[in-house]
Amino acid sequence: MRVALLDDNLALGGQIWRAEATRDVNTAAARWIRRAATAGAKMVTRARVFDAPAPGVLAAEMNEGDEERRIELRYRQLLVATGARERFLPFPGWTLRNVLGAGGLQAMVKSGLPVAGKRVVIAGSGPLLAAVAAYLRHHGAEIALLCEQAPASQTAGLALALAKYPGKWAPAAALVWQLAGVRRATNCWPIAAEGDEVLRAVRVLRNGRETRIACDYLACGFHLVPNLELPLLLGCRTRGGYIEIDEAQRTSVANVFCAGEPTGIAGVDAALIGGQIAAAAAAGRPISARQKRARRRWHRFGMALDRACALRAELRLLAGPETLVCRCEDVAYARLASCRDWRDAKLQTRCGMGPCQGRVCGPATRFLFGWQDVSIRPPLFPVPVASLAAAATPDTGAEPAFEAVAGKNDS
Amino acid sequence: MSCGSLDVAIAGAGIVGAACARECARRGLRVRVFDRAGVGGGATAAGMGHIVVMDDSEAQFALTRYSQRLWQELRPELPAAVEYESAGTLWVAADEEEMAEVERKRGYYEARGVACEAVSAAQLAALEPNLRPGLTGALLVPGDAVVYPPCAAQYLLAQAVAAGAEVSLGSPIVALGEGRVRLANGETIRAGRIVNACGAWAPELTSGLAIRPRKGHLLITDRYPGFVRHQLVELGYLKSAHSLTLDSVAFNVQPRHTGQVLIGSSRQFGAADGAVEAPMLARMLARAQAYMPALGRLSGLRAWTGFRAATPDKLPLIGPVPGDDSLYLATGHEGLGITTSLATGRLIADLMTGASPSLPAEPYLPSRTLSHEN
Ligand SMILES: Cc1cc2nc3c(=O)[nH]c(=O)nc-3n(C[C@H](O)[C@H](O)[C@H](O)COP(=O)(O)OP(=O)(O)OC[C@H]3O[C@@H](n4cnc5c(N)ncnc54)[C@H](O)[C@@H]3O)c2cc1C
Ligand SMILES: Cc1cc2nc3c(=O)[nH]c(=O)nc-3n(C[C@H](O)[C@H](O)[C@H](O)COP(=O)(O)OP(=O)(O)OC[C@H]3O[C@@H](n4cnc5c(N)ncnc54)[C@H](O)[C@@H]3O)c2cc1C
Repeated sequence: MRVALLDDNLALGGQIWRAEATRDVNTAAARWIRRAATAGAKMVTRARVFDAPAPGVLAAEMNEGDEERRIELRYRQLLVATGARERFLPFPGWTLRNVLGAGGLQAMVKSGLPVAGKRVVIAGSGPLLAAVAAYLRHHGAEIALLCEQAPASQTAGLALALAKYPGKWAPAAALVWQLAGVRRATNCWPIAAEGDEVLRAVRVLRNGRETRIACDYLACGFHLVPNLELPLLLGCRTRGGYIEIDEAQRTSVANVFCAGEPTGIAGVDAALIGGQIAAAAAAGRPISARQKRARRRWHRFGMALDRACALRAELRLLAGPETLVCRCEDVAYARLASCRDWRDAKLQTRCGMGPCQGRVCGPATRFLFGWQDVSIRPPLFPVPVASLAAAATPDTGAEPAFEAVAGKNDS
Repeated sequence: MSCGSLDVAIAGAGIVGAACARECARRGLRVRVFDRAGVGGGATAAGMGHIVVMDDSEAQFALTRYSQRLWQELRPELPAAVEYESAGTLWVAADEEEMAEVERKRGYYEARGVACEAVSAAQLAALEPNLRPGLTGALLVPGDAVVYPPCAAQYLLAQAVAAGAEVSLGSPIVALGEGRVRLANGETIRAGRIVNACGAWAPELTSGLAIRPRKGHLLITDRYPGFVRHQLVELGYLKSAHSLTLDSVAFNVQPRHTGQVLIGSSRQFGAADGAVEAPMLARMLARAQAYMPALGRLSGLRAWTGFRAATPDKLPLIGPVPGDDSLYLATGHEGLGITTSLATGRLIADLMTGASPSLPAEPYLPSRTLSHEN
């Protein structure tokens, strides 16, 4: 089969593998990417899919340094593996400088930001926080406190579930909650970040009591949300907030498969299994009983993770009337409170209509107000007008050039 | 909700329904506005918000000119969110033939008291440096403006509410006429008069209307303050917009208050749905780039579509429906409903209260199209 792999990043590997793969050839990440390359897959990096202009066609924006240009990719089968992003919730001060996403701060350190001797508070929900804490500590940061919003009873359930997943689980230590040497509190969340322009301190509520912690950085993230925009544009059905798939990772759209986080947030091993199953199915190969078992197990794990990270209702009350919810368009909480739904909010306040296209405030308002975003339209990402102007009239008679994989290749 | 019966039930909370509600409520009528969704979520959400005087016919001129004045009067009280900007229009001529049209238009407008000015090629380049070189000139109409339509509709409706109107959102109307409005939730509301202001969907509630949905695409860019200063429209627009059969695109670019550039526009009949169509969007943007090559480099943020309610004679349907004493229409505004919403509100209220009409109502009366169809 002819296979092409498209990714919008400079380096392959996706969210957690891309840095690893370039640093060390002996990592699992590097091994997988090598295997894909030697198997003859065509790797197209810095290509961001922004439209599916016709059945069997993807349009992507290629970013080659100063040059941007549109490419079109024809496929017979498509595997969508677009990953996930962090969820942010608004609270007073969350837009101050040095209040960052947990994954965002990690990425900045990876690309050279020094944190040695800096005091960092990490807050939000989910295992990603622990991974980031370990990473920052390793780079010399002092973790003043890791605040997990969920009560201990909620995360304990997950610890039990974890115990049931042997083998592969040990290397994925990043997902383990217990973290030696880091002060960690459950039932604890940020209520305000303080400082004038730059962060100075964060006030947290811990078991009902307020504490003020001086710090240089506040790294936040309230678990992850799947990147569903592309599969939704393709018409894939969802179920329970994720793309609906069958046991071979097939979506509701013919010849479109989905794997990784859009099908459930369950970490790197789940993504690997899902990718391998989808690839086997696309190639007409059998799926082994072991793979099927692993898939079911990770699915259960993902559900347990979602329950463990379920957001507490109090977090809906954090934002004050003046707290910005949409940072692109400067829309404060008070203006949204009177809106009927997401569309009404967009039209009346322009919430979610800026460059990030609601990727940040969409998940936040879904939690705050129960709004569902409905309209997914091209371009999925901002692209130069010239690229949109260059769309050809689709000629469906052409030979498909590739079997294409959008997002990280894990097969 | 209301006890006692309504004087006027208005179907549709687009900008036209909102403007009708405001006028009727201010004249002391008991008004209630119904919409299946929110306020200004139909064509009003999609429109460019160009407040523009047009001269396709005397009747169209009269309606748009009167409306432009009403917008200018309203301006001091408009909240910031409506983003009224007196950007003015530049009707851009690409050749001598279109320059002749500039002259004709100038004569027409001047004779009717609309301030305007013919602009040379050099002046045009100075006014809008991002236009391509080699254009022939333009007609500048400084009184034209730009608004943000959804917030304008919201404001007009808020004014109606301040004057005593009620609003029921979220339940579709399944039938109306003969003094009754029936909602999908089972409720039936009695009203002395009913206004069908459902835009392109009006024919679903009133049969026999010669209205066809005409789809349009738009694209908005990131913020580039100063990139465009006036609403720019090609004069070829007149040729393409008026073809009632073919799909067409035209160079039509607008500066938004935010510094964003809004790029239009396309016209299509018979579209299956409201999806953004890559080929149509591409055609439209290629046309825009032909006039303004630098647009190509701007970052395109979002594209969307909307449906205009098109009539065969390009004039709206405003007034009573023959055969049902209770029923009025306020629809068929095609690509001018943001502009003409205010005049429509006036006319509807005039006709209902028996006041002498603010401008001659005959050209817009539904009887002109319905009579020979019944
Ligand atoms: C900040 C962060 C940190 C994480 N840390 C951990 C961790 O420590 N341990 C763990 O087990 N899990 C972690 N996760 C979860 C992690 O996403 C998964 O474990 C794993 O990376 C999933 O692989 P994936 O292939 O599904 O998605 P990803 O690895 O996210 O890969 C998706 C790829 O698709 C690309 N892409 C998306 N949309 C498009 C498009 N339209 N066009 C082109 N390319 C596109 C993305 O840029 C990305 O490279 C983290 C997630 C985030 C967001
Ligand atoms: C691309 C584009 C660009 C445009 N540019 C301009 C411009 O620059 N200047 C200008 O003046 N005009 C412009 N227009 C035209 C303008 O947008 C419309 O004429 C105007 O918005 C019509 O307003 P309306 O209230 O009649 O209709 P709509 O805004 O469509 O309102 C109709 C309302 O009726 C409701 N409705 C429908 N059916 C039912 C039902 N069964 N029960 C209850 N409610 C119902 C809908 O939900 C909707 O809210 C443009 C239009 C488009 C599409």
